[in-house]
Amino acid sequence: MLNVENLHVEVGGKEVIHGVDLQIPEGETHVLMGPNGSGKTTLLRSIMGFSNYTVTEGRIIFRGHDVTELPLYERARYGMGLMFQRPPTISGLKLGKLLDVMAGGSPAKAYEYAEMMNMSSFLDRDLNANFSGGEIKRSEVLQLMVQQPDFVMLDEPESGVDLENIALIGKAIARLVDKDRHIINRHKSGLIITHTGFIMDYLEADAGHMLCNGEIRCRGNPREILKVIQEHGYQECIECTKL
Amino acid sequence: MHKAVEGFEDLSPEDKERLEQSGMMLSSENRCGSFFQADQDVRHTSCTYEGIEMLPTAEALKKYDWLKDYYWNLVDKDKDEYTRYVADQEPRGYTIIAKKGSKNIFPLQTCLFMATDDIQTVHNIIIAEEGAELHLITGCVSSHSVGHGSHYGITEFYVGKDALISTTMIHTWGEDVTVVPRSAAKLEQNSTFLSNYISMKPVKRVQMYPEAWLTGENSVARFSSVVLAPEGSELDLGQRAILEAKGTSAELISRVITRGGTVVSRSHIVGGAEETRGHIECKGLILEDGIIHAIPEIEGRLTNTSLSHEAAVGKIARDEIEYLMARGLDEEEATATIIRGFLDVKIQGLPDSLQRQIDAAIDAAEDGF
Repeated sequence: MLNVENLHVEVGGKEVIHGVDLQIPEGETHVLMGPNGSGKTTLLRSIMGFSNYTVTEGRIIFRGHDVTELPLYERARYGMGLMFQRPPTISGLKLGKLLDVMAGGSPAKAYEYAEMMNMSSFLDRDLNANFSGGEIKRSEVLQLMVQQPDFVMLDEPESGVDLENIALIGKAIARLVDKDRHIINRHKSGLIITHTGFIMDYLEADAGHMLCNGEIRCRGNPREILKVIQEHGYQECIECTKL
Repeated sequence: MHKAVEGFEDLSPEDKERLEQSGMMLSSENRCGSFFQADQDVRHTSCTYEGIEMLPTAEALKKYDWLKDYYWNLVDKDKDEYTRYVADQEPRGYTIIAKKGSKNIFPLQTCLFMATDDIQTVHNIIIAEEGAELHLITGCVSSHSVGHGSHYGITEFYVGKDALISTTMIHTWGEDVTVVPRSAAKLEQNSTFLSNYISMKPVKRVQMYPEAWLTGENSVARFSSVVLAPEGSELDLGQRAILEAKGTSAELISRVITRGGTVVSRSHIVGGAEETRGHIECKGLILEDGIIHAIPEIEGRLTNTSLSHEAAVGKIARDEIEYLMARGLDEEEATATIIRGFLDVKIQGLPDSLQRQIDAAIDAAEDGF
């Protein structure tokens, strides 16, 4: 599904990602861990194609095609999706209106998803205006349900969310990445940034990656990586030279 | 079969389309009455709702002697050269009297149409008696063939006790037309005045500063403006509410977009009585070179008034555009979607049909974004 090769990314003229390699096969969901400022969000936004993130070296191969130079919206249309950690507020634009535009004139399904995400009463609200942490995450997941990407990147889906909402969001994300299906019927893939690993209570991640200072320093069983972090902190990963 | 509005059928297809863009129904469908003035000629006046009387102002002044107390009462005829010019003409325009307790489900429509390069004058008087509810939509349109021209309009609104007037004005003028409305409203106890203004088409110059005098306790005024200024347009727009009685409130909302034009967006609320509230919200988007000069003024004259304002002028934030692009919209679609949202002003108390008309007028201008 996704093959990132030797990716170097600059933000504001400064290199933040230093040669990342990352492979996520079809039907697999991986988690991305790492300390604050290690470049996790930058990596996701670079893969998605945001304008402030300049790829200076390397390639992003998505579904067999080099998308490194492809504009953001074309990557989205090609099957990439991103759950924002802190989406902008868009004054006047109603959540329901955006879903209508995304659904391309057949909004019935979108309203059904809104019901599932407890967001029906937010359809007439300005997008992200005065949404709580949990409401923002539910709105993001709802938009992704309408968008139906083949590969979905989620930037800290559990941050700022209460326990009740984590269950709702976690289950919805599991469906987004086909984790509710039998292993042989899974075609969608995901990459999830997590600090706490709570999301893994709702979906079993297939692999984990540790990003430190813009480099992948470790790969492996996500629960084992999380356990090391919990027991020894990130310093162990920073000092580790295994990879 | 809905009766056609006399005079509309003589218009060219292009002009009929311009009327429709200004919210006019060519038949009387979904309207309880119609008024049509082309240049200085009143071509049609009809009203099927028996609780409401609509007639040309000249005729109304002859018919009702008492109306002279309402004529040039809220707008000073010596205010400026434009009011003096109108005062020197035979009265044109319309007078509407909504009788006590009447309520029109379907709005009245009034169309002020400029067919030639001349000066059009109108003097409108709108009265809602006690407990009446009157909804009015006005299409101000110049023919596609009109080059230069001017429209000077006087409108005086009288909103009686417990009454409501909603007035929605949609401008479809030409690139070389100058428009100078002079309007004022007086609100009695527990009354509501909703004034909506939409201008999405090129116009040479508009200068107006309507006022609402809230003289009755607990009366409410709400002005909403949605304006697009293409290159060459010069719009000096304002709205003022004077809260003179206890418990009165006003909200002045404007959304302004420039695409090369110049807009001065003025707002002024005077809190002059106990327990009054007022809020100004002025937001401007500069899409291309152009000027938006927002001047919100709040003037409190005693301790127990609560007035606030927010004004913001700028371009569309890049992160907003890219947020929508991440959902699969290209840059043009994302920009248009954000602008359409920006212009989306929902007006409380307005019938759905009029809200739809406002939405349609804004939608029709999407190409101009």
